[in-house]
Amino acid sequence: MTKQEALFRYLLRLGDNALIQSYRLSEWCSRGPILEEDLAMTNISLDYLGRTRALYQYAAIVEGKERTEDDLAYKRPEIQYYNNLITELPIGNFAFTIARQLLISVFEFLHYTQLSQSKDETIAAITAKTLKEIRYHKVHSRDWCYRLGRGTEVSHTKLQQAFDEAWMYTGELFEMCEEDQILMADGVANNLEALLPAWKEEVSRILADSDIKVPNVDYMQTGSRKGIHSENLGHILSEMQYLPRAYPDAIW
Amino acid sequence: MMDQTILETTFQDKIDKDLNIEPKDQMPEKYRIHLIRQISQHAHSEVIGMQPEGNWITRAPSLRAKQILLAKIQDEGGHGLYLYSAAETLGISREELIEQLHSGKAKYSNIFNYPTLNWADIGAVGWLVDGAAIVNQVSLQRTSYGPYARAMVRICKEESFHQRQGYEIMANMMKGTEDQKAMAQDAMNRWWWPSLMMFGPHDSDSPHSGNAFLWKIKRKSNDELRQKFIDKTVQQAEVIGLTIPDPDLKWNEAKQCYDHGKINWEEFTRVINGNGPCNKQRMDHHIKYHEEGAWVREAAAAYQQKINEFNS
Amino acid sequence: MSNDTQLDLWEVFIQNKAGGNHTHAGSVHASDRQMALQNARDIYTRRNEGSSIWVIPSKYVTASNPEDADMLFDPSTDKMYRHPTFYVIPEGAKQI
Repeated sequence: MTKQEALFRYLLRLGDNALIQSYRLSEWCSRGPILEEDLAMTNISLDYLGRTRALYQYAAIVEGKERTEDDLAYKRPEIQYYNNLITELPIGNFAFTIARQLLISVFEFLHYTQLSQSKDETIAAITAKTLKEIRYHKVHSRDWCYRLGRGTEVSHTKLQQAFDEAWMYTGELFEMCEEDQILMADGVANNLEALLPAWKEEVSRILADSDIKVPNVDYMQTGSRKGIHSENLGHILSEMQYLPRAYPDAIW
Repeated sequence: MMDQTILETTFQDKIDKDLNIEPKDQMPEKYRIHLIRQISQHAHSEVIGMQPEGNWITRAPSLRAKQILLAKIQDEGGHGLYLYSAAETLGISREELIEQLHSGKAKYSNIFNYPTLNWADIGAVGWLVDGAAIVNQVSLQRTSYGPYARAMVRICKEESFHQRQGYEIMANMMKGTEDQKAMAQDAMNRWWWPSLMMFGPHDSDSPHSGNAFLWKIKRKSNDELRQKFIDKTVQQAEVIGLTIPDPDLKWNEAKQCYDHGKINWEEFTRVINGNGPCNKQRMDHHIKYHEEGAWVREAAAAYQQKINEFNS
Repeated sequence: MSNDTQLDLWEVFIQNKAGGNHTHAGSVHASDRQMALQNARDIYTRRNEGSSIWVIPSKYVTASNPEDADMLFDPSTDKMYRHPTFYVIPEGAKQI
């Protein structure tokens, strides 16, 4: 693939991760365990949505076919989506959402810290701006890990279960393929595999402080780099893309 | 211990002088009860209102629309929080307030017992429902109870974008395809009359307003506020080409305001008594997620005990 | 249900700009300090108000009793020297 194609695909991956995360978090609206937490989660959802828009807008420019951010969000089918599988899993109970958020936010902080040094100025600018909010998401989910992990037996069990279930989706976060290699050579993207030790160390520490055992899995789920997803994404896109697809001539 | 009459005189004196009553001030029990009911119902309305609007977050037709809608609903949740805080200064806990909501002892605004059926409903809710709420809330900024007034000032500052968001959605749809125009007019047809009902019964049918006015909890009458809303909204509808579903709507040159058709108070009563399209759904939803969240709240409280930050 | 609460009530004070006073913004519910700070930030600084937040459990706030206002806040006329308008300043004197 060309450098331009690589960059486009990479930006889609970043944007898709943000969009699907935002989507899942927004499902907590009016469903939170306490009103303050309802607001906290929609707040994080909004952060992700802002990030989505910045990334898609740049992606559209890079693609050079005059598509818009909305074209990218609402007109691509599942096989052209590159979000990690972990983002599309259902919200589950509050423990699952928190566990998932923690795993992702620790990764994002490491990833985006590197990207903020990207030779691509736009990527550097977008990612530098998001570091503050990623840190906030990380602290939020970390603190809830402490509360749930050490709170009651019920919450402890649920949190352990949540990490046990999510763990097999974490390997995929660090997968690299052709676009990563091309972009890395130019200093635009970073080495994801190299982030694994730091991620493991930080997550292990937080889990230990939450009285949670680090799960052991035999196999890491995979597929999203090729656009092969779980059944979840189909349902997300049917719902999300409904209006523009039902009314293709309409501008909203 | 001060004499009851002296206490009430000092209290009424403050009211008459347009001074705020604050949480630690002496106040008649009836005033306290009235406020708890009014403020908490206002809070409940904001929270229940998150449901019909939340219904379209996942289907918002553009990223920008999604962002704006999410921000708006977040604001609403925040308003609920400000109001619960204000109510709590009157000596009632949020646990009790939620229990009152679940038992039906406390009500929430009738308007949220209606469904959001198409994207234009989100426009109608922002434009008409928030529009009506703004008319009411602006007036409440001068309500006598300090914490309530201050919450209203904060809310009013944040409310202005809500109405614009709704109106913009309607305006865009009215400039769009035939399908979009039909959706917008359909939403208008369904939300207009319930929005008028938000201001409550006609003044002549409001038996409990006496004290509300005497104690300056209420500053303007239902009909006054309703008229204000109609007069500003009709013009906005005309600008974008929407028809108000009221054949009796007519400009009254002498009174310099709009005459309007009869409100269907039978519908109002029916919905407020539980037989609206969404009453059960709204309450079931709130109860369900409250119960499902119990283990989370318990965990947080247990953790708080364990870390004992204040050594108490 | 006896362990199920809406957590504790905390009071929130926001400093809008560096060097200004922290003013009371309202309350939030939270179980611990970290949650109280984050909730306060989410609810009271959505429009970028604030550079600093203070939170305190409501039960630790001590408030003066309005009935004691006379005693505490007597605008006694015999302490006029505390007010800047009490003094006659020669014309032309600057920065005073």
